[in-house]
Amino acid sequence: MATKANIEEHKNVWVFAEQNNGKLAKVSLEMLGEGRKLADKLGVELAAFLIGDNVKTSAETLIAYGADKVFLAEDPELKEYRTELYTDIICKKALEEKPEILIIGASAIGRDLTPRVSFRLNTGCTADCTELDIDEEKRLLVSTRPAFGGNVMATIICPEHRPQMSTVRPGVMAVPEADASRTGEIITVPVEIKPEEIKVRVIESNEKEHEGEKIEDAEKVVGIGIGASDPESVEYVKELAKVLGAKIGGSRPCVEKHIIPHEVQVGQTGKNIRPELYIPCGISGTVQHTTGITNAKYTIAINKDPNAEIFKFANLGIAGDAKVILPAIIKEIKKYKA
Amino acid sequence: MKIIVTIKQVPNVTKVKWDADGSLIRAGLPTIINPVDKHAIEAALELKEKHGGEVIVISMGPGQVESALREALCMGADQAIQLTDRKFAGADTWATSYALGCAIKKIGDYDLVISGVEAMDGNTAQVGPQMAEFLGLPLLSYALGIESDGKKVQIQQKLGDFERKIEADFPALVTVEKEINEYRVTPMDKILEAFEKEIPVWEADDVDAELVHLGLKGSPTKLRKVFSPKIEKGKVQMLEGTPEEIARQVADKLNEKFLI
Repeated sequence: MATKANIEEHKNVWVFAEQNNGKLAKVSLEMLGEGRKLADKLGVELAAFLIGDNVKTSAETLIAYGADKVFLAEDPELKEYRTELYTDIICKKALEEKPEILIIGASAIGRDLTPRVSFRLNTGCTADCTELDIDEEKRLLVSTRPAFGGNVMATIICPEHRPQMSTVRPGVMAVPEADASRTGEIITVPVEIKPEEIKVRVIESNEKEHEGEKIEDAEKVVGIGIGASDPESVEYVKELAKVLGAKIGGSRPCVEKHIIPHEVQVGQTGKNIRPELYIPCGISGTVQHTTGITNAKYTIAINKDPNAEIFKFANLGIAGDAKVILPAIIKEIKKYKA
Repeated sequence: MKIIVTIKQVPNVTKVKWDADGSLIRAGLPTIINPVDKHAIEAALELKEKHGGEVIVISMGPGQVESALREALCMGADQAIQLTDRKFAGADTWATSYALGCAIKKIGDYDLVISGVEAMDGNTAQVGPQMAEFLGLPLLSYALGIESDGKKVQIQQKLGDFERKIEADFPALVTVEKEINEYRVTPMDKILEAFEKEIPVWEADDVDAELVHLGLKGSPTKLRKVFSPKIEKGKVQMLEGTPEEIARQVADKLNEKFLI
């Protein structure tokens, strides 16, 4: 790592634009919105980096969502995501173009790709940030992430290496408005993949079938925490979700106790939700959980402890036992619906 | 088949303290092997049982990581190596991957490196992919299943919404998810054996690591500050009354907001 970057040479903000089977990942649009803000603060250009096979139409979309430039790398060998091939392409171009910031959505692909890119570019990467900002005086990217089990937040900088890299989990940032009248430049990145460079072979790739709607897209979510994890409370949570037409999510301890699957864990190591209505039941409200719920529009929290942190994130608070409160609420909602 | 497993010892509490530099104070905290790393050890042991060979476990950390390595030996690892040197202290993921990578190079002549996807304290999931880059190895991440014919490795990969089957020739680096296996309960005879084994302690010089890349100084990322999140207080309206009265207020509010 010894080689520190010549910082003045580095300019512009880059966003990695992830696509799967030609479909842009929503998190990449979220990153474009965030990248646009960073680029405007710095007074520089925003570029998106798009890799795949026959994905040029997505380049126009990236411009509509805020990119000034799109670096486009296409090759039949790039149809399936592969860490090393993507790393080679991004790093080669980054060494030529010298961006000062590179931000990437912390999807499965983003979390696989980013560390390898950052190591090769001799630079640091802050994972799973919840906030990105610019220190305008020092012209530095300031990344905030929950640290150590999520009880505290840490701000992290990368003062002497470039590009400054950060990842942000899906759902943390909003998707910006598209503007079809925006114009931008599409720059073809030459791709030459030698057979001996292909070290990972993709034998099979199947998109998993989802049981209905994903929790991160759900309009209503009922959350289960350890305080409502007894069988009786769990049944009431299920019934409440049913009468509301809500998805059930929950805290990490409930995943560890196998009460809910990991796919619906809400928080720093789970999903970020942005529902119209969120009803956390028996969730105390550690930072681990609450980083995933800050975008909920209306929150009704139920917890036995009147001083629980979760109430600080709620519009309505109920200090009480979920298994006493929930049946009463279910009954009242049913009356309204009758 | 020679398999190297990298493990991390993590504090087993949620209340932690930080020193003036913002570094974590680890002393005095109860510690465990990062849970998913136990699945990495198990995956290595199962491959060894099928194909023969050896499993070497390494861990970087203060003197107390010996207990984690001892536990790995109890599970059945053949050898454990401890990376302990003040020069490693305060490392971010870059400098951690570099130091572990140097140790793996020093061991040499391996077929597979296996680690857990991420550590439960930092949750960055960066060290596996970064070690793969440092060592020039193909990366096979998020393994839900692992198979080998002794020349190449194939995994079932959980890649977000996709499940893939991918493979690479040896040597390669695999990161595993906890769903990959159930790790074993330590057999009694192994425990006795494990406590007789010596665990060599390697310092920075032993693994030919360059000082400039190590520890806090070798870390590109710097912690600027640690803080408790500020929360808008006083926004919440606490509901009072009997459960029935509370329920009625809730239902009224939901109706008013067109949520039912």
